[in-house]
Amino acid sequence: MAQPTMPASRPIRFVLNGETREVSGALPTTTLLDYLRGPERLTGTKEGCAEGDCGACTVLLCEPDGADGIARRSVNACIQFLPAMNGRAVETIEHLGRDGPTPLQVAMVENHASQCGFCTPGFVMQLHSAWLTGALTDRQSVKDVISGNLCRCTGYGPIVEAGLELAAEPVPDTAEADAELATRLADLEGEGVFAYEFGDHRWFAPSDVDDLADTYAAHPEAILVAGATDVGLWVTKQYRELPLLIDVSKVRDLMMIEERQDKVYIGAAVTHRVAQDILGSIHPDLGEMLRRFAGYQIRNAGTIGGNIANGSPIGDLPPCLIALGSRLFLRKGDDLRILPLENFFIEYGKQDRAKGEFVAAIEVPRLGDDQRFFAHKISKRFDSDISAVMAAFCLTFDGDIVSDARLAFGGMAGIPKRAKAAEAALVGRSFDAAAVAEAMAAMATDFSPLTDMRATGGYRLKTAQNLLKRFQLEQAGEVSGRIAVIGPEALDLQAIGGAS
Amino acid sequence: MDETRIQDRSGAGQPAVSSLNERPPTHEAKIRGGVASAIAHDSGMKHVTGAARYADDEPELPGTLQVFIAMSQRAHARIVRLDISAVRAAPGVAAVLTADDIPGQNDYSPVFGDDPIFPPLTGDGAIVQYVGQPLFAVAAETELLARSAAQLAKIECEDLPAAISIDEALAHADAAGEDLLPAYEMRLGNSAAALEAAPRRVKGRIEIGGQDHFYLEGQIATAAPMEDGDVFVRSSTQHPSEVQHNVAKMLGRPDHAVTVELRRMGGGFGGKESQPALFAAVAALVAVKTGRPAKCRLDRDDDMEMTGKRHEVRIDYDLGFADDGTIHAADFSHVVRCGYSRDLSAAIADRAMFHADNAYDLKAARIHSRRLKTHTVSNTAFRGFGGPQGMVGIERALDEIAFLTGLDPLDVRKRNFYPAIGPDANVEPAFTPYHMPVTDSVIGEIVDELEASSDYRARREAVKAFNARNAIFKKGLALTPVKFGISFTTTHLNQAGALVHVYKDGSVHLNHGGTEMGQGLFVKVAQVVAEEFQIDLEKVKITATTTAKVPNTSATAASSGSDLNGMAAQNAARTIKDRLIDFAAERYHVPRDQVVFQPNRVLIGNMEKRFCDLVGEAYLARISLSSTGFYATPEIDYDREAASGRPFYYFAYGAACSEVVIDTLTGEYKLLRADILHDVGKSLNPAIDMGQIEGGFIQGMGWLTTEELWWDDKGRLKTHAPSTYKIPTANDRPDDLRIAIWEKGENRSETVYRSKAVGEPPFMLAISVFLALTDAVCAAGGGRAFPRLDAPATPERVLWAVEDVRGAR
Repeated sequence: MAQPTMPASRPIRFVLNGETREVSGALPTTTLLDYLRGPERLTGTKEGCAEGDCGACTVLLCEPDGADGIARRSVNACIQFLPAMNGRAVETIEHLGRDGPTPLQVAMVENHASQCGFCTPGFVMQLHSAWLTGALTDRQSVKDVISGNLCRCTGYGPIVEAGLELAAEPVPDTAEADAELATRLADLEGEGVFAYEFGDHRWFAPSDVDDLADTYAAHPEAILVAGATDVGLWVTKQYRELPLLIDVSKVRDLMMIEERQDKVYIGAAVTHRVAQDILGSIHPDLGEMLRRFAGYQIRNAGTIGGNIANGSPIGDLPPCLIALGSRLFLRKGDDLRILPLENFFIEYGKQDRAKGEFVAAIEVPRLGDDQRFFAHKISKRFDSDISAVMAAFCLTFDGDIVSDARLAFGGMAGIPKRAKAAEAALVGRSFDAAAVAEAMAAMATDFSPLTDMRATGGYRLKTAQNLLKRFQLEQAGEVSGRIAVIGPEALDLQAIGGAS
Repeated sequence: MDETRIQDRSGAGQPAVSSLNERPPTHEAKIRGGVASAIAHDSGMKHVTGAARYADDEPELPGTLQVFIAMSQRAHARIVRLDISAVRAAPGVAAVLTADDIPGQNDYSPVFGDDPIFPPLTGDGAIVQYVGQPLFAVAAETELLARSAAQLAKIECEDLPAAISIDEALAHADAAGEDLLPAYEMRLGNSAAALEAAPRRVKGRIEIGGQDHFYLEGQIATAAPMEDGDVFVRSSTQHPSEVQHNVAKMLGRPDHAVTVELRRMGGGFGGKESQPALFAAVAALVAVKTGRPAKCRLDRDDDMEMTGKRHEVRIDYDLGFADDGTIHAADFSHVVRCGYSRDLSAAIADRAMFHADNAYDLKAARIHSRRLKTHTVSNTAFRGFGGPQGMVGIERALDEIAFLTGLDPLDVRKRNFYPAIGPDANVEPAFTPYHMPVTDSVIGEIVDELEASSDYRARREAVKAFNARNAIFKKGLALTPVKFGISFTTTHLNQAGALVHVYKDGSVHLNHGGTEMGQGLFVKVAQVVAEEFQIDLEKVKITATTTAKVPNTSATAASSGSDLNGMAAQNAARTIKDRLIDFAAERYHVPRDQVVFQPNRVLIGNMEKRFCDLVGEAYLARISLSSTGFYATPEIDYDREAASGRPFYYFAYGAACSEVVIDTLTGEYKLLRADILHDVGKSLNPAIDMGQIEGGFIQGMGWLTTEELWWDDKGRLKTHAPSTYKIPTANDRPDDLRIAIWEKGENRSETVYRSKAVGEPPFMLAISVFLALTDAVCAAGGGRAFPRLDAPATPERVLWAVEDVRGAR
């Protein structure tokens, strides 16, 4: 393969609060937040945790949607790298009320939705961003939208009320301005692979998958970054030196979603937020899992490929995809390799990925009429928490008999892993209490989970076993409903059922 | 323009009163923003636009150094060698400071002198006592350079035995024959004899975990060197005077050499009472040593590892009672995990004891408390200040009495409430375990109202019916009261000062010793001043707290902010108002009682003037328009030696009813509905008070449910960031949350406009959530066994409690 000529370094060009910025004197790992609060003196955006878990640093990110319009999403500025802003537009709290307070800001004040006020700009930006994208509909949507924003003072009620008032406001039609902004951003972004250098630190951002393959082949030591929801913390929490980064978040081919009758293909750079609907269409439990997958801003940034490639034993998505029998598409140079997702995870910290090879897409089968699926996440807190146990089950039936069983778990071992002994106990039998009891016992031989601050090993095993029991009870119609989605209607005895 | 304009140099001699450009007053019926109006937080619009400035938002002075504090990685170890030469030589480093660099006292403690800023490097004191303890400070051009340089230090340590858990702390203390602080006891009557004589007994134990404050704005201080070696400090603190004193003490300078200022904090909750002194001292030390401004701002993880938390407490209870649930006597033993130093632990552990009775007449009681040392961060003040832990003990015990007698828990509670003492009732007041008669109890009335409004009895039946039909899901219900003592139990702290200026244009500058951390103190005190002068609230400028204006202040803590500072500010305003009355009476020859302040105007006999015009005239007549104000809470008197007296001016009351559902397969749970009725006296600002009630309740719920502090066996806190430490989010708040301020509320004590403190009391309403979970677990076992559920009731703890009551474990 010919060594591609490396593109020349260009300044980071983006739009900040309507004005064009060109930055060239900063480390590529400078966070957007540090840039805003430092050189720009835009101190309305706050740092609460510097790890994307509190939402105080929320800003609105705008980028061309590929169809002459603008796609908008909120992100945590604390873990976004500045070069990723190239060809994008950022709006901060200072921009929002530039012509006087918006209806949201008025509603926040009138509902007494701020006390100490430190988290408030983040809530305002989060609600505002969600409203612009049509995500604010009802009370539940407001609460889900702010699931990645922490407030320690108010108890959230007044913030939710203000969000509901905003939801009732019509979303302005910005088509004309958006088309203009899209052109402006495309100009700023420039052609070809974006390269940015500062000292001996480099950043590449290809927009074409072949360019990505070439760039990565030429620099197999580079760290790939997409939403930076993991790599961002390497910098803000682990203070790691990252001299060479390749940003895959603009690779158009990695953002495709292709729906077939029996399967869907999801590009590696598709965010969790974008994938939520398509995965939810496979099974509601997947949609529910994604509703509770990190905070909203993290779902807006984190990608499907990233959640797989980082090899975390506690990622929520891989167990679900493994249970469904998904296949992973890996690319290196011009070579494409396909393997069952479960084979990708070898042991803790080790995946079946060669140097210079990257995750390109995942193929997720849809469920057949003969299949039953179940997914459930166990965590200390419902929202924005890393799971103690993530369970995903898929059973294939031949009449009443289980012909195939795939029971996949996160949090139970050093990798996302199937419970092979428990599966064996189910196959060839009807899915009843007796079979489940044997499978539950067998699960103890499949796993010896560890104890840490999230849960004890004993609890992980117990709930893993009990979730299989719940699957069986749900299939038998003996119980329905999950605690995480129960609202006040549960006061109605009939609402969640359950046999005595 | 509703103001006067008097130019300084209007010519020689006395300007004519006509130069005031006096105009007739307007005739509003009421001022805008007076006492009792539900107006928004004064900074609300600044919060929502990002314009409100916090310490880190102020423009940095040129040359500002960024400070990183290196922390101990050992729980308990002797420092053999600390070599910082490589740190000093690292790029961008301006100074590396250790204990040897401290000119004055190496201590930032609030009381006992046992919190070294940095451990001494030689001698007996050369030890570290918790993971996260500050070792030395690096000041560099950027925070990253400072942090990177700190990693170059060579530290040799010799591990010493460490006590992390309460059990280990007990073993250490018993072996040493000494606790961190002496044990303390309160006694009412002969509880041992009463327990023996009681028809029935219940004994049990509950462990109650700590809590991180998780203020959204982390600890921060900046320091600027001034002339004469003085220092100007900006600190995110609830206690500027203590920060001032500790910085001065560290520098070996008088208090007058240090000024501490802050406009607002991004949350405090007690975590910025004694803790900020450390960061202010370090920043000031850097400023003095380098001659450059310095900023010490903590990263979230460093903050959570370095700063104190709510105390973990183990409570053993032993109660004697009758078949009808009446308590005959109670014995409580508290074991309090204090961390490595004393900090405020004595007063906190005392307050846990002061609330061991909650709202109940125990008749005879012994409350014993041990305060133990662990090799963990020194625990500190946190909303409720030990009170919540004490209350959980009695509330758990009452549930167990209900379980044993088969009575409804609410009936057991009601049977034991402190009786109401009406003006002409012939009921004798009952005494607390510290011999204070409870004369203002309204808990019976509040609970009766809440019982009706929450539909408690019908819902109890519905919960039973639900549980009878459901094997997997179980519901629980609990209605619990709160009685919380208001005043610092250290009597001398119950004082406050204020400074009010009336400018010659009729606008007012308000300053007091209280600090704003989101609780709405500033707007409440401004309302009091506006009310006193009868001027619209926007005429009153709220200003930053500074030790230069009001000295020797107490912490804004113990829910006392409005009570103390509201009174002090009222007192200052009243002094000026009295001078204006004297002046008007004399000038216009009317009796004093004919000078009446009405909305934005003053009635003088049958003449009316705008407030600003009277002020302008007074200025020209050389009347002082500035005054300090002072307040000291009356009537309180507690003898700690005798454990007897009146530590509290009054009590605040409230009650909550919570309904939960649990999943017996996973331990997951959800609060479905909560009803709250809370007594704020006559509210100064119902909107602010509602915010305190809801916020306190949800924060309390977090403490008792998902907020778990988890240390590993090396004493390392592993839940030190929001990724691992889980405070409630919006989805944890029930949609069905019905909060009401008790309309009949009126403080019987003479507080400012008969209001009551509201900062801490609502926190304890969340005990109802914990007991509802206990109730649901009990139902999961078919009511055959009483659940040993400890706090926080994480899903894991709930599941194990379910397994226990089902006899499966």
